[in-house]
Amino acid sequence: MELFLPESGLMIWMLIGFLIVLFILAKVGWPMIMGAVTKRNQHISDSLLAAEEANNALAGIEAAKEKALADSKAEQLRIMNESQELKKQLIEEARQEARNEAEKIVADARLKIQKEQAEAMSQIKAEVITLSVDIAEKILQRELSDKEAQTEYIEQLLKDRPQIEA
Amino acid sequence: MKNLLRHITLLLLLALVGIGSLHAEEKEPLDVKSFIFGHTSDGYCFHITEIKGKPICVWLPIIVHSKETGWHVFSSKHVCELAEGETYQGFYIAPMTDPKHPGKLMEVTPSGEIKRPFDLSFTKNAFGIFLVCGFMLAFFLPAAKKYKKNPEGTPTKYQGLVEWLTYMVLDGIISPSIPKSKVPKFAPYLLTVFFFIFFCNLFGLIPFFPFGANVTGNLSITLVLALCTYVAVNIFGNRHYWKDILWPDVPMFLKFPIPLMPIIELVSTLTKPFALMIRLFANILAGHIIIMVLMALIFIIGGMYGAGMGGATSVISIFMMVFMTALECLVAYIQAYVFTMLSSIFIGMAQEGEESEKIKDKR
Repeated sequence: MELFLPESGLMIWMLIGFLIVLFILAKVGWPMIMGAVTKRNQHISDSLLAAEEANNALAGIEAAKEKALADSKAEQLRIMNESQELKKQLIEEARQEARNEAEKIVADARLKIQKEQAEAMSQIKAEVITLSVDIAEKILQRELSDKEAQTEYIEQLLKDRPQIEA
Repeated sequence: MKNLLRHITLLLLLALVGIGSLHAEEKEPLDVKSFIFGHTSDGYCFHITEIKGKPICVWLPIIVHSKETGWHVFSSKHVCELAEGETYQGFYIAPMTDPKHPGKLMEVTPSGEIKRPFDLSFTKNAFGIFLVCGFMLAFFLPAAKKYKKNPEGTPTKYQGLVEWLTYMVLDGIISPSIPKSKVPKFAPYLLTVFFFIFFCNLFGLIPFFPFGANVTGNLSITLVLALCTYVAVNIFGNRHYWKDILWPDVPMFLKFPIPLMPIIELVSTLTKPFALMIRLFANILAGHIIIMVLMALIFIIGGMYGAGMGGATSVISIFMMVFMTALECLVAYIQAYVFTMLSSIFIGMAQEGEESEKIKDKR
């Protein structure tokens, strides 16, 4: 049957056509496509690796950042505490100083008061003396009637006089 | 309701096809055999339709060499339109009913002898081959060029398609069967074979010019393809492969003094490509024939029982044809796949020994 007999003419055309396509595609078709895809696959896997590395590095940086942040927070806390402490200390110191000052003022005042008291006492003393002298004068004037005793007493008084003046 | 109306309209339209059989009835009854084989076998022109008995064709060049009169090149128009008994430059086309060379170009020698000349005509199938070849080059080369220009750039959608097709074959068929180091050597052939068969099959299913040539359903074509695989397997087969054929590991009496096993092995190298050839050819031809038979059925029934029955048949027939065409699309892929897969397995088998030998040496 004709259907099952190969035709030499058609076989020649087929051979020509197929071999031309095979030759062209084998030279400039498939190797380019396969090469490029292989290359790109390589590129992609390389890039993925690089990305992973970068990610890891980034994670390290992140951790470092985290640590730095925590450190700075701790530092801040420390400084704050310190300043608090300092403030307390300063206040304490100021208070102490004020107390000292106050004590000093009080002491001064006490001293002054004592001085003034003494002065007042001496003044009072003088006053008392004059007063007593005056009183005595008056008494004496009244007692002069008794001559003899009087003279004796006066003499004694005269003797004592410089003592009183002093 | 609207859907129902649509379905009824479709059925009526399908039935209209059967009216054609009314027309056929008036003429001589349809010769189913020549109808089917006229469409599935090679031809000298692309027959498109007939208007008032005059064929509308795309004429193709006829190139023949006659032992007596030498080379002849002319358009097939001259021989296709000949009346019976006439010849053009001593050539005529045998009718489809001819028992020995149906539909082939025949020569009437000056001595009155009728014989088949050496026929290198650019036939329908040759046209189909070059159409597919041209399509493949136009489809794959621009992608290759783009890759060459910018190998690490982002692929375009078109490149993605080419890549997907290529790697579907490469990763799905070739790589699993061939040793990895030999893939770059054989992949170009196997890829070309796959896409050649696949596109030929698909183009063969499109029923109008310039497609529709039944390329892979022709024995000459599958023979050449099988021959290529034979060459790829046996010429590039390694020492180990040939040793297995000529001096296999079997008891001595099987290979000496009568080389029984070597003969069997040698024959088996031939049967492998032979099976490839027949499988592809038969599958594609069968698909085409089934579609043609379903088409012819309308006219056969119409001729037998009248246009009404023909119309009724056309509804079923056309549904069946749609189904068959869809199936053929699947077969187009499967047959290309099978041919390529078996080719790569055979090639892989002829390459494999070396590596296992190396492993043995290491041990």
